[in-house]
Amino acid sequence: MTALTTGPLTTPDHAESIAGLAPVLTARNVSIEYEVTPPVKAVKDVSLTLHRGEILGLAGESGCGKTTLAYGINQLLKPPALRTAGEIVFHDQDGTDIDVAALEGDALRAFRWDKISMVFQGAMNSLNPVISVRSQLFDVFTTHRPGMSNAEKLERSRELLQLVGVDPNRLDSFAHELSGGMRQRVMIAMALALNPQVMIMDEPTTALDVVVQRGILREIMRLREQFNFAVVFITHDLPLLLEISDRIAVMRHGEIVELNTSANIFAKPQHEYTRKLLASFPSLTGDRGSFVRSGESTEGNAL
Amino acid sequence: MSTLEVKNLIKDFRVRGSGAGKKFRAVDDVSFTLEPGRTIALVGESGSGKSTVARMISKLETPTSGEILIDGRKSATRGRALAEYRRNVQMVFQDPFASLNPFHTIAHHIERPLRLHGKAKGRTEIDAQVHQLLERVNLTPAPIVAARRPHELSGGQRQRVAIARALAPGARFLVADEPVSMLDVSIRLSVLNLLARLQREESLGVLYITHDLATARHFSDEIIVMFRGKIVERGPSDEVILNPQHDYTKLLLGAAPNPENHGRLREEVRRELASASATSGDAGAARDRFGTADL
Amino acid sequence: MADDDIRTQEFVTPATSSSPVAETVADGIAPRDRTEGLVPDVPTPRDVSTAGLTADAPVVAPPRRGFREMLPRRSGKLIVGLVLTIGIGLFAIIAPFVTQDPWNYDNPVFEPPSAAHLLGTNNLGADLFAQLAEGAAGSLTVGLVAGAIAVVLSLFFGIVAGYVGGWTDEGLSLVTNVMLVIPGLPLVIVIASYMESRSMWIIAVVLGLTSWAGSAIVLRSQAKSLRSRDYVAASRVAGEKPMRIITVEILPNLLPLLAAQFLFAVVLAILAEAGLSYLGLGPSGAITWGTMLNQASQHNAFTIGAWWWFVPPGLMIALFGCGLSLINFSIDEIINPKLRTAPAAVKSVRKARKAQVRDEDTRPDPEADAPVDGDDTGGNAKEKERVNA
Repeated sequence: MTALTTGPLTTPDHAESIAGLAPVLTARNVSIEYEVTPPVKAVKDVSLTLHRGEILGLAGESGCGKTTLAYGINQLLKPPALRTAGEIVFHDQDGTDIDVAALEGDALRAFRWDKISMVFQGAMNSLNPVISVRSQLFDVFTTHRPGMSNAEKLERSRELLQLVGVDPNRLDSFAHELSGGMRQRVMIAMALALNPQVMIMDEPTTALDVVVQRGILREIMRLREQFNFAVVFITHDLPLLLEISDRIAVMRHGEIVELNTSANIFAKPQHEYTRKLLASFPSLTGDRGSFVRSGESTEGNAL
Repeated sequence: MSTLEVKNLIKDFRVRGSGAGKKFRAVDDVSFTLEPGRTIALVGESGSGKSTVARMISKLETPTSGEILIDGRKSATRGRALAEYRRNVQMVFQDPFASLNPFHTIAHHIERPLRLHGKAKGRTEIDAQVHQLLERVNLTPAPIVAARRPHELSGGQRQRVAIARALAPGARFLVADEPVSMLDVSIRLSVLNLLARLQREESLGVLYITHDLATARHFSDEIIVMFRGKIVERGPSDEVILNPQHDYTKLLLGAAPNPENHGRLREEVRRELASASATSGDAGAARDRFGTADL
Repeated sequence: MADDDIRTQEFVTPATSSSPVAETVADGIAPRDRTEGLVPDVPTPRDVSTAGLTADAPVVAPPRRGFREMLPRRSGKLIVGLVLTIGIGLFAIIAPFVTQDPWNYDNPVFEPPSAAHLLGTNNLGADLFAQLAEGAAGSLTVGLVAGAIAVVLSLFFGIVAGYVGGWTDEGLSLVTNVMLVIPGLPLVIVIASYMESRSMWIIAVVLGLTSWAGSAIVLRSQAKSLRSRDYVAASRVAGEKPMRIITVEILPNLLPLLAAQFLFAVVLAILAEAGLSYLGLGPSGAITWGTMLNQASQHNAFTIGAWWWFVPPGLMIALFGCGLSLINFSIDEIINPKLRTAPAAVKSVRKARKAQVRDEDTRPDPEADAPVDGDDTGGNAKEKERVNA
């Protein structure tokens, strides 16, 4: 293992697998710091390309910087977080390239949600508890599509709910009247409202039961088939990413340590951290293997 | 024989605000027996009642009906008999951040049970035992760990402290309520391995509560599947996982992420879209039956 | 086993939380019901059983040991507050010994401030500076005693009710609610006017007995919330008795809140005493700032223009109250650490941005961008690839 490598580990066939794809979002040398004393580098020189229609999984444990990176891309960083370097370019489907980092004010507002939208972590509690679902969906339209009439907004809102598998008659419900899974679906509907080309999802199903999670995932896949948006799926659940995503970037301590197709990551992980992560998820139906009961010594002290 | 037997446990909760005392049955006729050296996994989703069972066993809640027998005798709810019960039955909580008091040192947390159950007296004896327990859970050097406060430890370390605290009274039965679900992925195995080792060394009877079927299978001898307060399936771990009988178990197993199924979901979705029938198929039917169709 | 040594490990250290004591988010997963975990601030709070992600970046600031981390951060507010409070406190303790006799009427009346009498004299010839000193001792005594009584009562009615619950809670809450509803100052006025002779101590006791209800409610809700914490449950499972749980597990975590309530009670008591005295219902035969104000008003100091009589005591009350409040604000920052970190966070980002801009201005023009080759790893892809390990 030479110290020469300054980028994520991968295999030769990775380049081939993305050869013909059109990029929709390119992040280059992004660094994000927390301006505390002493400053903390949360994201270190990360470069990433997201292709149209692709599902890119961003895997890692807490503190690795994946959420920070997602917020950085969307210009959602709050003090003391600060993007200190790097550029982020969005390749619109009409052919123009937009420098996301340079956007501000009205241009940023117009860009956000329209081109890239986000489903936040803990999204179930991100719905405003005191206004109805309808109002929140309408808010999206009022902000970004000022020309829409109320009738159009209503029609679109009902359509969106139907798309995500929620009964359109629940439009007037409040957040607390919906189950966890339904709230999540509403959040996805809101993120879909303006037909974005990229959706960033930060642990969208973590707090949900596995059966509900499967339903939401199914929904996301279906919507992607229909609308062909790209997805950045951030989670610590590696088996999940291995099942549904096209490519996976494994992050650790602010860096991407490995980047490859899911199949390759599963079959031939290159980085020892990736192997360690994989080993942390015992196989459900495979061999019992050398896991726990036989007393293997993976029992070290804390990290 | 040393056993902790749970017989026909039922727990009802009063539902507020819906008229005169509507009841919600969280646990409905649950029975099983913990034996030394064996682990039973209680598996279920949220709302299945598994945590309520755990709280009843650790006497944080009283059952509406049913019994908890220790070594064949009814367990007490008061006085010295309760103290005796607590000496034998301890619990590890899910949340490593909340289960330790941020104001006190680690030593305090482990000292209290030692004192309460007369395991040690006097400064030197107590210190020695505290250090010993910390070493057993691989927190070294023990004197330094003992002097720290919870926020100075990582999540995995805090959970180890919680395990040490549970062992302090000399418990024979351990209820582990989702002990690793809030830990970082890469530390989960090490904590589970620790529990397994301690179980072997102390011949503990462990009740492992989780929603994660994979670790349930690898870590326990027997799996009990709960759904809405009832037991729907039980059996040896491998049996239940590899050869599930009940539809709900099958649903759970099918829903768990499995890297071997890469691409399958996409294919299914494509086929569904092509045939333009959104919720047909067994999966949909199964979901509907278990009331999860409105997810 | 070198890695096992806890001293060589890096810890993620306490971040903000909105619970009474700065709980931590270390590595690992932020628990449910935890609002706003770490920096970065997740824009939409209320985390629920999510795995791993609010602890997305380690927060630094070295861990402060033990009790010290519960103390307020040194800041301008705190320093001013402490200076005022301690200064006036020292004045109250020491000055009565070094000043003239406040009851000595042998001096000329209504004298403006001079070398002989630093604050002049009143209508009877008493030295006002001496009276101010005596009054300080008086007012502070009343304040402290009343505050102490109020805190003890609110502790009992609040924490015991909150933790024990059930019928005990119902009963104690009933008393609390009754006391809360009865207007405080009018009640004190009624009681005071019934008493024939009012000493300072009686006034203090009366004030204390009538002002604990609000604090009790706050403490009760805190105790109720702490009661459902896992560490309290863990104590119960370990076998602790309820009294010990209250005193050893719950109470220490409420110390900042208690301190704030105490200071608040002291301020209120001093103001209430001043009010009582101004109405002529204050302690008879004692000198407090309030009695000074009362006498000043009764003898028309304002119309005469004898500002040296009523301005100093009024000013002292204001300054002392201000000092206590400033300390309370600092305590608020302990209780809610976000108050502390947010402004600092904005400032440090601003600074960093300025530094960034400065750097960019002084750097030579960057080269043309490296061509995008559609590969995430940039131009060095070939070097970094690993053939099957």
